[in-house]
Amino acid sequence: MNALSAPPGPARSHRGTELVLLLFAAALAATGYAAVGIGQNGTVPSGTLGYGLGLGALYVLAHLAVRRCAPYADPLVLPCVALLNGLGIVLVRRLDLASADRARQAGRAVPRADAPLQLIWTTIGVALFVAVLVVVRDHTRLARYAYTCAAAGLLLLLLPAVPGVGATINGARLWIRLGPITVQPSEIAKILLMIFFASFLVSKRDVLSLASRRVVGIDLPRARDLGPVLVAWVASIAVLVREKDLGSSLLFFGIFVVMLYIATERTSWLLIGLGLFAGSSFAAYHLFGHVQARVDTWVDPFRYTSGQGYQLVQGLFGMGTGGIFGTGLGEGSPNTVPFAKTDFILAAIGEELGLVGVMAVLVLFALIVERGLRAALTCRDSFGKLLGGGLSFALALQVFVIVGGVTGLIPLTGVTLPWLSYGGSSVVSNYVLIALLLRISDAARRPAPSPVSPSAARASLQDARTTVVRRG
Amino acid sequence: MNRPLRRVAVACLVLFGMLLLQANWVQVVKAKDYRNDPRNRRVLLRTYDRERGPIVIGTGKDRQAIARSVATTDTLKYLRTYPGGAVYAPVTGFDSLVYSSTGIERQENAILSGSDDRLLVRRLSDYITGRQVAGGSIVLTLNRAAQQAAYNGLQGKVGAVVALDPRTGAVLAEASTPSYDPTVLSSHDPASIRVDYTKLLALAGDPLVNRAVERTYPPGSTFKVITAAAALAGGYTPSTQIPSPTLLDLPGTTANLRNFGGEVCGNGKSQSLADALRISCNTAFGALGIALGADKVRKQAEAFGFGDSTLLLPQPVADSVYPDQLTKAQEAQSAIGQYDVRVTPLQMAMVAAGIANNGTVMRPYLVREVQAPDLSQLHGADQKVYAEHAVSAGVAAQLTTMMESVVQSGTGTAARISGVRVAGKTGTAQHAVGQAPHAWFIGFAPAVNPVVAVAVLVEDGGSLGSDATGGKVAAPIARDVMRAVLGR
Repeated sequence: MNALSAPPGPARSHRGTELVLLLFAAALAATGYAAVGIGQNGTVPSGTLGYGLGLGALYVLAHLAVRRCAPYADPLVLPCVALLNGLGIVLVRRLDLASADRARQAGRAVPRADAPLQLIWTTIGVALFVAVLVVVRDHTRLARYAYTCAAAGLLLLLLPAVPGVGATINGARLWIRLGPITVQPSEIAKILLMIFFASFLVSKRDVLSLASRRVVGIDLPRARDLGPVLVAWVASIAVLVREKDLGSSLLFFGIFVVMLYIATERTSWLLIGLGLFAGSSFAAYHLFGHVQARVDTWVDPFRYTSGQGYQLVQGLFGMGTGGIFGTGLGEGSPNTVPFAKTDFILAAIGEELGLVGVMAVLVLFALIVERGLRAALTCRDSFGKLLGGGLSFALALQVFVIVGGVTGLIPLTGVTLPWLSYGGSSVVSNYVLIALLLRISDAARRPAPSPVSPSAARASLQDARTTVVRRG
Repeated sequence: MNRPLRRVAVACLVLFGMLLLQANWVQVVKAKDYRNDPRNRRVLLRTYDRERGPIVIGTGKDRQAIARSVATTDTLKYLRTYPGGAVYAPVTGFDSLVYSSTGIERQENAILSGSDDRLLVRRLSDYITGRQVAGGSIVLTLNRAAQQAAYNGLQGKVGAVVALDPRTGAVLAEASTPSYDPTVLSSHDPASIRVDYTKLLALAGDPLVNRAVERTYPPGSTFKVITAAAALAGGYTPSTQIPSPTLLDLPGTTANLRNFGGEVCGNGKSQSLADALRISCNTAFGALGIALGADKVRKQAEAFGFGDSTLLLPQPVADSVYPDQLTKAQEAQSAIGQYDVRVTPLQMAMVAAGIANNGTVMRPYLVREVQAPDLSQLHGADQKVYAEHAVSAGVAAQLTTMMESVVQSGTGTAARISGVRVAGKTGTAQHAVGQAPHAWFIGFAPAVNPVVAVAVLVEDGGSLGSDATGGKVAAPIARDVMRAVLGR
């Protein structure tokens, strides 16, 4: 593990390892796809080979982009993502078959299958992944577009509220309609706003941590230093609260507080953040019926088995039924849980792949997050450090919010489980997130930071190990 | 910025650690609770995923399912149906996705559902070969003709019939009315099940109750057989003259015991024990009860099975009771099956069967055979002695003769079958002031080498109201059931 990560060191990129792991991920996904068919109909589905090859081709494409544009990037991150993504498509396919079965039995029309669509979204995601790596050759240049990102991010957040564009699905107005498909813009807005936060905080870093007033033992920065970032943050949270997107507001809040903490190195920000969180949670509980319902359901889901707790309870039943080893793909009934394809995909994993499957998925996410944080740690510039730390933490927090919600650890708020949940915006934006992380990782692990240009740096690779590493 | 980043890394690990712990909590610690929670639809889907075994009667080409599952096209793959309908409902019970199950459906659920260990080897091989796992079948002892005769006889009445093979204890008929169609409770539509169940609960006569085994009634004069048995065991003979006053003064009370319709028994002073039974003389048996004492009568009743709460058909059977701590007046009333004496129709059938079987009561049973899905036998019937010599063979013979004369020339003439010697005893049990008495008949046939013993109860005397006697209302039903078994 250490040999894979720590610069400065021998300039080994481990791209070959990455390729092998990626092909393994594609093979595993194809096996899962076949297992679903066997479990449901007793035969290997005809699409298995095409599916495995298609996914493999996509992964190889992503790999080639990394090899070409970010040759020193962490070789473990992309295979983890590929594995999660492949498993996600397998599960969506499995749930497709279940709902088709159910529709046939009830004599209704068979609903649209989501797995092929998810494969298309994956293709778009990989395309954007490649595009980001190709276009953004140096992540520090993103800092220049900080305010553009902020504006675009807020605009995207506001879009769903615009009549005619926005769409309300399941009580939350988070979607915009683009022809036949709906997109959840808050996912991509999250990344844009994080770029803004990182750039802004880095530029104001010194003022934020030095010019402060001491209020009851806590250092508070001056309002004008923090102004723009506070505005962006309050605006985004206000929009999300208005759109009843509890999960995303929680995410934005947590990401913002942690990025502020990383930038200023002041624990006081965490305390202030926690205080604000406690205060606003308390207020929200008493002000909003839907927040109260969520908390009450969390405290005792079995009191609301047939009502507001139905989904949570059915998810718990599913995971409990799966036990340690699960029922096997296609052998359980994960479709008993409403929204099994999106928010509750973990319950489906728990039921059919068991605790073993859930732990594997969690470990994959943990690996990606820790690898991302390691890239941030070893990155030489502050912007990269902050953005890398923010992106990694955002991923960790999102996994925590949805998995914690589904397993009953914390009140349930609907966010997607990255790469596993069905949903185009989620898959695409998380591929963008990973592209940025790999870009930062590449910069962090690049043996010779070039004083001139990136192309010159590649030319002088042979001399790399003699160079003194400048750390940011 | 490295120090906060490291701390964030540690915080992320803590978050993932919490998730891993919670996943273990849900999928290991709580897994069993969640897996078996009745609200977990998966339990239901699993249950309805395999074909539930049938409940059948008859053998060979007479084999007939009275409950079976049929394949459907909805989410629950099998639907339970009851071709036996209301005739067999008290025996089969129902299997409902809302209200659990009753009757044989409940008692033999392990076999029917396929979860019984005796099916284990087969289940494993089914699992490996990928064959549809099915439940075993339960073959009952019921005689189709007898069951139908019992149900027909009870039509329009509230009551119960139990017929036993006295030689084995096999239950030949077990009917209870009013009945219901279990199919409405086994549908796949919870809303309609709830509606129908509520309707059944609201109906007069409690159709969901199996009166043959679940309710107890005062046995009335049918209990005189037990009092007579106690007397014969205590040295009386059928020709022993016993006092039979027109009015029996109940000691310690101002009340008197009198005969049905105020009739005079014989000469109004005394008559033989056999005659007293034949015409069902209350005053004679009341006096006899006092003369014998409660202990002797209770001992005789318990020898037939009173007070046994362990009896299973396999459905649980309510205790029949002969009361404790009786005054002399209560002894007299108890001796004629009144006061607090309570019996199930099954218990009275067992009394008749014991006398028919030379004094030995065989354990009643409903399940003749347990079969695997391929109809191979997993388990045969357990024919067991329930009470060896509840009465001696000699007493049994004397009682048989006495009961024959009841049917031949006494209160039970309506039970006569031409060409067959029938033994029996009628009963008319008062149970509440101003309400018609319950009509009873117990008996067996043929008197020599009996093959069927029967008990019939009609609540509130059926349509004949307060003028009913067991001889008029219950005896004809018993006759039809016995004829059905005898094939005449």
